[in-house]
Amino acid sequence: MKELPGTRGLILNEPLLWEKGKKGRRGMSIPAADVPRAALEKELLGEGPEFPDLSEVDVVRHYTRLSQWNFGIDTGMYPLGSCTMKYNPKANERQAATPELASAHPMLADDQVQGALHLMYDLQEFLAGITGLPGVSLQPAAGAQGELAGILIFAAWHHSRHSRRTRILIPDTAHGTNPASAALCGFQPVPVKSGPGGILEARTVAELMDENIAGIMLTNPNTLGLFETQIREIADIVHAKGGLVYNDGANMNAVMGIVDAARCGVDVMHLNLHKTFSTPHGGGGPGAGPVCVTGELAKFLPSPRVIREGETCRLADGGPDSIGRVHGFFGNFSVLVRAYCYIRTMGPENLKKASQLAVLNANYLKEKLKGDLHLPYDRPCMHECVFSDARQREHKVTTLDMAKRLIDFGFHPPTIYFPLVVPGAIMIEPTETECKDDLDLFIEALKRVAREAKENPELLRQAPQRCKLKRLDETGAARRPRLCG
Amino acid sequence: MLAVVGKKSLEDLFCSIPGECRFEGELPLPPALNEWRLEAHFRELAKAMTVNQDFKVLIGAGSYHHHIPETIRALASRSEFLTAYTPYQPEMAQGTLQGIFEYQTLTARLLGMDVANASMYDGASALAEALLMGLRIAKKKTRVAVSAAIHPHYRQVVKTYLQTTDFELLELPYLANGRTDLSALRNQDDIAAVAVQSPNFFGVLEDLPAAGAAIHAAGALFIGCFTEPLAFGLVKSPGQCGADIACGEGQSFGLARSFGGSGLGMFACREPYIRNLPGRLVGETVDLDGKRGFVLTLATREQHIRREKATSNICTNQGLCALIAAMYMASIGGSGLRELARLNYDKSEYLKRELQKAGGKPVFDSPTFNEFVMAFDDDFQPAYRRLLEKKIVAGLELGRYYPELAGRYLFCVTETTEKEDLDEVVREVRG
Repeated sequence: MKELPGTRGLILNEPLLWEKGKKGRRGMSIPAADVPRAALEKELLGEGPEFPDLSEVDVVRHYTRLSQWNFGIDTGMYPLGSCTMKYNPKANERQAATPELASAHPMLADDQVQGALHLMYDLQEFLAGITGLPGVSLQPAAGAQGELAGILIFAAWHHSRHSRRTRILIPDTAHGTNPASAALCGFQPVPVKSGPGGILEARTVAELMDENIAGIMLTNPNTLGLFETQIREIADIVHAKGGLVYNDGANMNAVMGIVDAARCGVDVMHLNLHKTFSTPHGGGGPGAGPVCVTGELAKFLPSPRVIREGETCRLADGGPDSIGRVHGFFGNFSVLVRAYCYIRTMGPENLKKASQLAVLNANYLKEKLKGDLHLPYDRPCMHECVFSDARQREHKVTTLDMAKRLIDFGFHPPTIYFPLVVPGAIMIEPTETECKDDLDLFIEALKRVAREAKENPELLRQAPQRCKLKRLDETGAARRPRLCG
Repeated sequence: MLAVVGKKSLEDLFCSIPGECRFEGELPLPPALNEWRLEAHFRELAKAMTVNQDFKVLIGAGSYHHHIPETIRALASRSEFLTAYTPYQPEMAQGTLQGIFEYQTLTARLLGMDVANASMYDGASALAEALLMGLRIAKKKTRVAVSAAIHPHYRQVVKTYLQTTDFELLELPYLANGRTDLSALRNQDDIAAVAVQSPNFFGVLEDLPAAGAAIHAAGALFIGCFTEPLAFGLVKSPGQCGADIACGEGQSFGLARSFGGSGLGMFACREPYIRNLPGRLVGETVDLDGKRGFVLTLATREQHIRREKATSNICTNQGLCALIAAMYMASIGGSGLRELARLNYDKSEYLKRELQKAGGKPVFDSPTFNEFVMAFDDDFQPAYRRLLEKKIVAGLELGRYYPELAGRYLFCVTETTEKEDLDEVVREVRG
């Protein structure tokens, strides 16, 4: 039997910041005053916050110990479905820290920051090339903000045509952000059921689509990891009734250089640079969610955008049709730099290869595991596959139990209980950066979990055992919220 | 592996994709660079930045130059923090979770509020979300108001967020002293929330207690906005002045300017409004053995549970930026923050005073923190150009943001500027 990565190891306890330190300590130097003290009105003067005073060593040990309680993609396999946890190249971190770029003030004149503007312009062009959609704004700071910008563009386009539409079609396989973004823009989401094969059917859309519907918001490949094969027909139906098509590009990692969003009939889509383009997730951000649109919709994009005139790039304010700013400056520039590096170092062939290998890895896992776990949609998948706990329920073992047991074996669990259309879903996205050896170890671990579910289910219910903490009381946390120490 | 999945080639994996959806030809991208060529390419891009790290940039306006200790670079690049996802599996993410719980706590203390969330995208979207939160709390009211002395970009983002709603946005003008004119609030009873920034875009410290009283008298929620949280080391926090929600930009705390991003939306409120908060929250709990631990909590407000009924569509926060801000607050400490804020205040006051002696006139006579607006009798451009040659960017001309302030300059001075540089500016103004 192969040795799995999970084992015991020494980690250290560490209190909360304010439970340590001593008045008068300091963890960084402050320049000496070289100007006289100035007076300040007494009424304005505060007392300053109650922060602990810590030394540099206090701070360094604190965060080093905390980091050791964490698991990242650099630690091991992190097959969270829909999250694209691929390896984040170190060279990109170095370039994002380039002093000339990292120190750049966002309100300098265009001619003083040509390096940053050229990088942004080229990235806009790259993303246009990858999606087939020529209008790009890099401003949205995350996928959800890209959705917001995209749906505001829907609204602005309809407004420009004097059409007042109040509803938007959203399939049942959508990310939760989709209906939330639509609602934020004043649209009422209309759920669309996917067909028995997990695919959205054109005739269902045809039945629902009318002159009161602004368009459809779908994810392709969808959250079951399947390609929406009827997308072109669906787009034609929506367009014929005067609607627009939004594609949530969260799953772009499956189809770079393989699918052309514009040819699919997509009008607007966002990309998650922290997924497909390998910028680190940072424990929940910062991300970047550029929005890409057809030429016809480009005038509605957020303002400003970078344009090029000869050898010079400059920031151009959007015209009267632009939806306006969505970010205080130009988005998460430091994330854009990393994505730019990723695209430059991968080049066209390797980006396509990345998608091919991501899909190969997911299909390999699916084939190897379908004997052990229930596979609700047994058909070739894209970059992720969705299992469920249907076979384990007879042993009173749940998806959660299996996920927690995987932790003991040294793997981050897959996404669980999503998509909602599969009860007890286990959504696995291995990404292209896992080699066959590591995939085989993960398969071995999940097989062992499935076996234990039959033979020793209590082991799973008590998992994890090898972490700093055992299972946490999430219900209690929500019932009596303690959000501040 | 292909044999296992029953395919002959990598291309075969995509046979379900109809021809009409296929990408034709090769991706239109430049050929791949190796790590060393990438490095050389970035050296070229760096050269095209004609204002670089050797310059003293006396511009703030929502993005501030403060010293960042090396510890932060070292700790924030620990890949257990950097390459983790949102902490959905708390048992393997206690580092992120305790780190964010500490961030929430220090932020709440800084702003004088009961609770802070795990962060928003930036100060601008935080303000937009704060106004939406105010409308949710007030239920039937349909108007919100913002001060014209709030960062112009923030006001633009607010307009974007509200454009498809039926809510109405009022703008409160600023007075001759640079503070917000709240007289329009008198006899109003349908305003859900009013946002005032302090220090405001002109660096002016608003009379927040008076603003709070006027806002509350109109039955509205008081949103205290900021772009420079360092100020609260020296002056009263929004919470101490009666704010119900405090929000703004946290970039000053350990984050590089980085051409305006990644920043950090700080967001805090009073206890009764917790369930109306947008964004992620980390809460304290216990594990099966009763040991203290942390989890994401109150998720029933959020999009992945509530979908269209969520308090916001926000999913990711600025996790690593929040962690960095906490590292900064821990490194500087309470007494350090006060000393640093004082130093920033003293230095900017020094430049203000010396420029005045050299013939400059402060446009607003209210007290300021870090930043101030200056008018000059003669055209300032020649001096500005001479200073640029000496690697000093002498302020931000305001005509683009406030046409009535054309020819006036917004200056920012932090601890990173030495007295000699400030004296150089004054010498050039004297001419």
